[in-house]
Amino acid sequence: MEFQRETVPVAERVDDLLVTSPDPREHLVVVGNGMAGCRAVEELLARDAGRYRVTIFGAEPHVNYNRIMLSPVLAGEKTFEQIVINDAAWYADNAIELISGDPVTAIDRTAKRVTAQSGRSVSYDKLLIATGSDPFIIPVPGKDLPGVISFRDMKDVDTMLAAAEAGKANGGGSAVVIGGGLLGLEAAHGLTLRGMKVTVIHLMDTLMERQLDEAAGWLLKTALEARGQTILTGANTEAIYGDGKVEGVRLKDGREIPASLVVMAVGIRPATALAREAGLTVNRGICVDDHMVTSDPDILAVGECVEHDGNVYGLVAPLWDMCRSLADGLTDQHSGYRGSVTSTKLKVAGLDVFSAGNFSGGDGCEDIVMRDASRGIYKRVVVKDDRVVGAVLYGDTVDGGWYFDLLKREENVADIRDMLIFGQAFAQGGGALDPKAAVAALSDDAEICGCNGVSKGQVVACIGAGNASLDAVRATCKASASCGSCTGLVENLLSVVLGDDVKSGPKTMCKCTSFTHDDVRREIVAQDMRSIPEVMQKLHWSTPDGCSSCRPALNYYLLCALPGVYHDDQQSRFVNERMHANIQKDGTYSVVPRMWGGLTNPRELRAIADVVEKYNAPMVKVTGGQRLDIFGIKGEDLPAVWADLNAAGMVSGHAYGKSLRTVKTCVGSEWCRFGTQDSTGLGVKAERMTWGSWMPHKFKIAVSGCPRNCAEATIKDFGVVCVDSGYELHVGGNGGIHVRATDLLCKISTEQEALDYCAAFIQLYREEARYLERTAPWIERVGVDYVKQRIVEDAAGREALRARFLYAQSFSQDDPWAERAAGQHAELHQPIAPFAIAAE
Amino acid sequence: MTTWIDIGTLDDIPQRGARTVQIAGQKDLAVFRTGDDHVFALVNECPHKKGPLSQGIVHGHSVACPLHNWNIALRTGQAQGADEGCTPVIEVRQEGGRILIAQPDAMQAAA
Ligand code: SRM
Ligand SMILES: Cc1cc2nc3c(=O)[nH]c(=O)nc-3n(C[C@H](O)[C@H](O)[C@H](O)COP(=O)(O)OP(=O)(O)OC[C@H]3O[C@@H](n4cnc5c(N)ncnc54)[C@H](O)[C@@H]3O)c2cc1C
Ligand code: SF4
Ligand code: FES
Repeated sequence: MEFQRETVPVAERVDDLLVTSPDPREHLVVVGNGMAGCRAVEELLARDAGRYRVTIFGAEPHVNYNRIMLSPVLAGEKTFEQIVINDAAWYADNAIELISGDPVTAIDRTAKRVTAQSGRSVSYDKLLIATGSDPFIIPVPGKDLPGVISFRDMKDVDTMLAAAEAGKANGGGSAVVIGGGLLGLEAAHGLTLRGMKVTVIHLMDTLMERQLDEAAGWLLKTALEARGQTILTGANTEAIYGDGKVEGVRLKDGREIPASLVVMAVGIRPATALAREAGLTVNRGICVDDHMVTSDPDILAVGECVEHDGNVYGLVAPLWDMCRSLADGLTDQHSGYRGSVTSTKLKVAGLDVFSAGNFSGGDGCEDIVMRDASRGIYKRVVVKDDRVVGAVLYGDTVDGGWYFDLLKREENVADIRDMLIFGQAFAQGGGALDPKAAVAALSDDAEICGCNGVSKGQVVACIGAGNASLDAVRATCKASASCGSCTGLVENLLSVVLGDDVKSGPKTMCKCTSFTHDDVRREIVAQDMRSIPEVMQKLHWSTPDGCSSCRPALNYYLLCALPGVYHDDQQSRFVNERMHANIQKDGTYSVVPRMWGGLTNPRELRAIADVVEKYNAPMVKVTGGQRLDIFGIKGEDLPAVWADLNAAGMVSGHAYGKSLRTVKTCVGSEWCRFGTQDSTGLGVKAERMTWGSWMPHKFKIAVSGCPRNCAEATIKDFGVVCVDSGYELHVGGNGGIHVRATDLLCKISTEQEALDYCAAFIQLYREEARYLERTAPWIERVGVDYVKQRIVEDAAGREALRARFLYAQSFSQDDPWAERAAGQHAELHQPIAPFAIAAE
Repeated sequence: MTTWIDIGTLDDIPQRGARTVQIAGQKDLAVFRTGDDHVFALVNECPHKKGPLSQGIVHGHSVACPLHNWNIALRTGQAQGADEGCTPVIEVRQEGGRILIAQPDAMQAAA
């Protein structure tokens, strides 16, 4: 008889037992066999192991595993077995019933019962919802095609591995990852290691923009590209295409990227459907109190599915805190969850990225930035009221934990503030708290300049030999002459050795950098830099995104160095150049169409008259530059005004730009009784050749038909005075604040030469003058002899300059008005739309 | 109670740029998006001579006024450095990619 009883199937027997002798303990049912659900149970067991009978439902057909380690599994660094947190034995040992592969579909709060997909129904005394998050799927056509997945669970990893395997058969296979955040980049990394050709499509301009600032994001992008990934930032997905299965992704700009696998990693949403249907209070997440209790006192919730105090979390650290408070509450201890500060690291081997807290700065916050381009390091610590409130580290993250600790403990860092950025070892070592004292304390053979291998002893000797400024030190012993990251150390050494006798070097570009304009220009070319963030990183900018002085200058230097390659940054342009019109004191704009060489005709005049009437322009006036200026146009109306002017054949006069302005002419030999050459005709040709060019400052040309000089050519940046035997070329004149008459450059005999010299001169100015330096002060600085030597004496050099100018012009002679009139950058001309608050 | 008004999405504003919000019969507001995607709103008037701040160069959490280059802190509306003056600030929130501004404040500040 004994024997027979033992053959009764186990499940039946358990049911029997339940019916006949119910477990007297309260029944805790957990929905979600993930990281938070199981951790909560662990915490509970640790406090009061026997108190609850526990049943866990899990949608996935697995025991509880470490979700964050899916990335290493994908990358081939770990196996699934190695990432299991609670194996089958754990459930058995703790008498926990696991019902896996069977998601709960309904909660009946009145009957206190949950029902799962299989129809199985279980009653509870306490219910814990730990359903985590659902990946967000962007609603584009093709999102449901086979081969489009997210990156959330083991099933997704299996799909990726299978795609990589299938790809191997035909030489690799291609994958697109949509989303350049933590998850997307880890997926891309894993897929790359598995042999796939990976393209990352990211909507924002900066990778991981929620964790990183632009500078660190740029470093990361460069590093990933070096590993063979294609990273498309500022790229918007329009559709996923394919016949029966995914074949590729199409972007809004029309580009198509073929792929047999598309991973969407654009974000997560708390999985709240179940709770919402049960009538619990749900905002973004399921609302819980400090003990993780929902609006129903018998239902708790924990993990990514909850919202606490307005916050939802997407990282594990907060879950651990939540689970502690939850278990405390369930065992009648009262601690209470108070929210979490989080930090993140990117789990991509060899790429160290760390961020914590509020690293985007703000009011009262001070940024301490350190960049070490040669080692690819970017560090930024944000301090507010002498407390660390955030940190971003790229390349060297060893101090991440230390900063995070200072942050969480809200420790006062006033005493170590100046050393903070150098890290824990430096800030706390030796007790030297003053940076000068710190360099003073260094031994003589301590290395100051890593690039050039210069020791402290050598720098001190160099200063002692009479080199009393940073520049002199750089020139003599080369310390800080390369990457510049040791500039601060050298400056401190200067003041240690010389006291207050330090000579200030040439003016730096602005307070964001210790480099001068000339340094920056030279390095942009030497290091082939291609974007503003790249310059800021490589040259150790001390601010996250520069200021209103350096950004326009950098934008110009890049534009000049990389014609046709560099992508103009609108937000680094002064308002006039961004709006292609001159802003007026009342916020309206003035509009000056080009009148080639000062010539006009009835059609143009009529179009201008029509615009003045149609848009109620309060004033129209003849300018000192021989053309017409229409005043009082509203920013919203500009594109329409331009369209009307374009229709009459007129283009932007660039009266607003650091660019070619006007070419003034006089009547010349065509009509004037003294005229020696066709000054009007030459002026028109010169303007046709030079219009649209961006310059360090504004640039004006004039052509006078005889030495009476009615076009005032001798106070222009480039002036031509026609004489019987040819043309006198004049440069460096200025009629503005300090009047300066031109220097005579040379005399030539043909119109073509006049144009060629003009082009060469402009290019020399474009390449060598500092931003916002007009030709007059530039020539005073470099000397007219230098200009003559480059333009007049060196024929080959002149020809090369001219060719570079014309090449650059081939990219800049598109009318910016026409582009705007056709709808480009409409957002610059319209209030945020469609929107207007009615006044009360 | 603050009423929050949805004025659009983050993507409607260029990074390091601004858009204006027009309110019938009131002063325009300037809604700024910084390089790190924070959003701030101010009355679109410089404390100096009413320059339209929305047209300035946004750097860090400041904007340089397009007329005479005063620097205004976006969070406080306060002129920085040697310059003195303050522009009214409107409370802003970002929620799920949408930008919300506080209505009563907007009304008061712009009145
Ligand atoms: C419209 C015009 C006055 C007029 O009604 O005639 C004018 C208007 C302005 N000039 Fe001028 N200048 C005008 C011809 C001149 C001239 C005469 C000329 O070009 O022959 C000069 C002296 C010549 C010269 O530049 O060397 C001139 C020397 C200046 C200066 C001083 C430049 C200097 O190097 O010292 C400034 C200030 C600056 O650029 O920083 C200036 C700046 C300005 C600005 C742009 C001030 C500003 O930043 O807002 C004015 C814009 C007004 C507006 O809203 O449209 N304007 N300005 C003329 C436009 C010419 C055109 O058709 O484009
Ligand atoms: C690839 C990857 C890498 C990550 N890397 C990191 C990292 O480096 N650092 C970090 O801090 N965080 C990381 N995270 C985030 C971290 O994994 C999550 O914060 C954490 O797993 C959330 O725990 P949870 O319990 O709330 O949700 P989950 O772990 O997702 O658990 C929820 C479980 O509930 C199940 N479920 C849902 N609905 C039901 C239902 N109706 N019935 C039954 N079961 C249901 C789900 O299937 C799932 O198994 C990463 C996430 C991923 C996907
Ligand atoms: S002279 Fe002065 S006031 Fe007149 S347009 Fe030029 S900048 Fe303006
Ligand atoms: S109006 Fe803003 S600085 Fe003058």
